[in-house]
Amino acid sequence: MTASHATATTHVDTSPDSGYGTTLRISHRKLLMWAFLASDCMFFGTLIANFITYFTRNEGTSPFTFLDIPYTSVSAFVLLMSSLTMVIALACIQRGDEIGMRIWLVATALLGSVFLGGQYFEFTEFYHKGMQLTGVNLFSSAFFTLTGTHGLHVTVGVIWLLSLVVVSFTKGIKSSESLNVEIAGLYWHFVDVVWIIIFAAVYLVGNTMTAPPLRGG
Amino acid sequence: MAEHTGGAASAAHAHPTIRQYIVVAVILTIITAVEVAVFYIHWFGVFVYPILFVLSASKFVLVGAYYMHLKYDPPVMTWLFVGGLVIATATIGGLWALFNGFGG
Repeated sequence: MTASHATATTHVDTSPDSGYGTTLRISHRKLLMWAFLASDCMFFGTLIANFITYFTRNEGTSPFTFLDIPYTSVSAFVLLMSSLTMVIALACIQRGDEIGMRIWLVATALLGSVFLGGQYFEFTEFYHKGMQLTGVNLFSSAFFTLTGTHGLHVTVGVIWLLSLVVVSFTKGIKSSESLNVEIAGLYWHFVDVVWIIIFAAVYLVGNTMTAPPLRGG
Repeated sequence: MAEHTGGAASAAHAHPTIRQYIVVAVILTIITAVEVAVFYIHWFGVFVYPILFVLSASKFVLVGAYYMHLKYDPPVMTWLFVGGLVIATATIGGLWALFNGFGG
């Protein structure tokens, strides 16, 4: 084995995002993102706890007559598919396909926008039926606070994804900079998993607890 | 598993292939359909709650493990995230017990 060959096979990646030289050998940016997601988990935990506490103490008209399960199921499906397009965008940039990354990032942002449009329509419907953020009942306040905060997270995610597309067009994103896309992806998938919980806890379980067949069974 | 051809940040870790990502998406879609079906089928009685819990937890784990790459990344990230999740779950359980479990 020649000296030059030995040098080539023992190449160590020392780029800033490689985690080289850190105690855990993990990129600090990625670790920080996970720490943020853990804290956001607690944040949504308190909002879900708030919803559960308030909806069980709600008085007046049953709020679940407003919720449209088939409609929200489609919204949940759209958000799940946006997670698929997001990982495909990441896979594209990791193999150096910047055009592919742009296409899939735009697809992800579009799916996120469809979800937000659906949420806007749902909120408008609820408003016309008498639900408001404040001054109506505990369910209304807790529901709008929880789902609205999630919608805000999706909005931030869409802006983030579109920013990456703009950066890709102006400065370009190399495969060695794929961590930028991966971190945005982590945030996007987190938004997706939060909706998985909200869909089950608020829409399905909440609705089931007030449905006549279950009261009998 | 497909190795990265680029991406310095995670060059040492294997990630799923696009085919595997699509398989996970199909599984997630099927689980969502089952969730909705369980909601509309009234045979399960009170068992509907653990069933929905298991189904949504399965979706959560699938997205976390495959799309967020926790299955492939160093375990410290999983522990960091699970730590936040445990505190969140304890908060929900604690408030539920406080307001509903103890005659609240």
